[in-house]
Amino acid sequence: MASNDSTSNTIRVALALCIVCSVIVSTAAVLLRPAQQANKDLDRKTNILAAAGMLEKGDDVLAKFATIKTKAVDLATGKFSDSVDLNTYNQRKAAKDLALSTDLGDNDIAKIGRLPKYMIVYVVEGASGLEKIILPIKGYGLWSTLYGFVALESDLNTVAGLGFYEHAETPGLGGEVDNPSWKAQWIGKKSYDTDSKQALTVIKGKVDPSRPQSVHEIDGLSGATITSKGVDNLIKFWMGENGFAPFLTNLRAGEA
Amino acid sequence: MSNKMKEILLKPVFNENPIALQILGICSALAVTSSLKVTSVMCICLIVVAAVSSMLVSLIRNQIPGSIRIIVQMTVIASVVILVDQVLKAVAYDISKQLSVFVGLIITNCIVMGRAEGFAMKNPPIDSFLDGVGNGLGYSVILLALAFVRELFGSGTLYGFEVLPISTNGGWYVPNGMLLLPPSAFFLIGLFIWGLRAWKKSQVEAPDFKIAANTPKGETA
Repeated sequence: MASNDSTSNTIRVALALCIVCSVIVSTAAVLLRPAQQANKDLDRKTNILAAAGMLEKGDDVLAKFATIKTKAVDLATGKFSDSVDLNTYNQRKAAKDLALSTDLGDNDIAKIGRLPKYMIVYVVEGASGLEKIILPIKGYGLWSTLYGFVALESDLNTVAGLGFYEHAETPGLGGEVDNPSWKAQWIGKKSYDTDSKQALTVIKGKVDPSRPQSVHEIDGLSGATITSKGVDNLIKFWMGENGFAPFLTNLRAGEA
Repeated sequence: MSNKMKEILLKPVFNENPIALQILGICSALAVTSSLKVTSVMCICLIVVAAVSSMLVSLIRNQIPGSIRIIVQMTVIASVVILVDQVLKAVAYDISKQLSVFVGLIITNCIVMGRAEGFAMKNPPIDSFLDGVGNGLGYSVILLALAFVRELFGSGTLYGFEVLPISTNGGWYVPNGMLLLPPSAFFLIGLFIWGLRAWKKSQVEAPDFKIAANTPKGETA
């Protein structure tokens, strides 16, 4: 053992070990990358479809996603934009990039800090043109930023589905934003009232279906007041003037 | 299988359980035990890492200079963990997403490191391999027991299948939300250790110090 402890042997062993380990690790990383990339891609597409309420058990995600068009929207003009590369653009990174985002200042009701100039939306087109549009949403709840999607029907007003794919709210309380029966309530609700003002809201307690405005209201989550408020804020933000409202107006008029 | 090998393999499961007796590896026991599916994958990962890294360390134990042995062990463990993490990302992406950093953190799991330094450095490769598997199993027994209780009473499911119909979906069971939060695992581990030491009295440690009696009446402190 004594010769093991000589300086030259120490360096020799350290070098040999590092070389062997790094070759093994990097080989594995390179060989497995295509499979990992495919998984990541599939996961993202599944999230988008699931949030939009378009995914049933046993569906082929990739085939279904192929029918969807990915487009970038310039939030300032409210029009589709070609100025970003859809393959490389990352709106989460853009939100941190001073050149690609704007400071919301006092308008930041969803507490997201900076708003990316461009957002990626997904357009579902059928034989008769636009069928659904899937819009990304995010906002702060109690502990975490909730990331999700909301899908609108072709009238660009009726909600076709809503879901979050990433959050860290309290399991069993705020985490109930993932509860299928709560998410099901969103379907069929109207985002805008007859004056085209943003009206969709999460209320405290249960919605009374006899009231006329109940078409814009969602039950709050019991025991999760702050998460419910967060969802309320983020839906108001993204459906409002600083969010997608100008874009939806343009799209309705056929000018996007 | 000889008796000695059997002993190496099975002793860490109850007699010298790494979590219950040595109180190692607690952090992942808290973090990944809210559902059985995720826990099972974590357990398999840990068994693989503990067994393979112990075996590799044992294979090169006669070449390792004493001055850098911990670093050498860490390098071997880290490489095995990265391999496991990469494979998991490629074949079981959903679960690897839920385990997030905890697979990577196996590198710092005291059980793996402890077995490499405490056993593999002095024993031949096959024994070390079995010792790694045994300690991995000991870890798994506790994690699976925790996950069973936490998932059943926290979400009313086992492996994602509904066992207790929960009230938010129209059933009768009101789930105990606390069980889904990490601190609940502390209570459960405590109860488990209590039960184990009541069963195997030899695991009870002698107290480090005695708590002094209350000041007798009439005396002033």
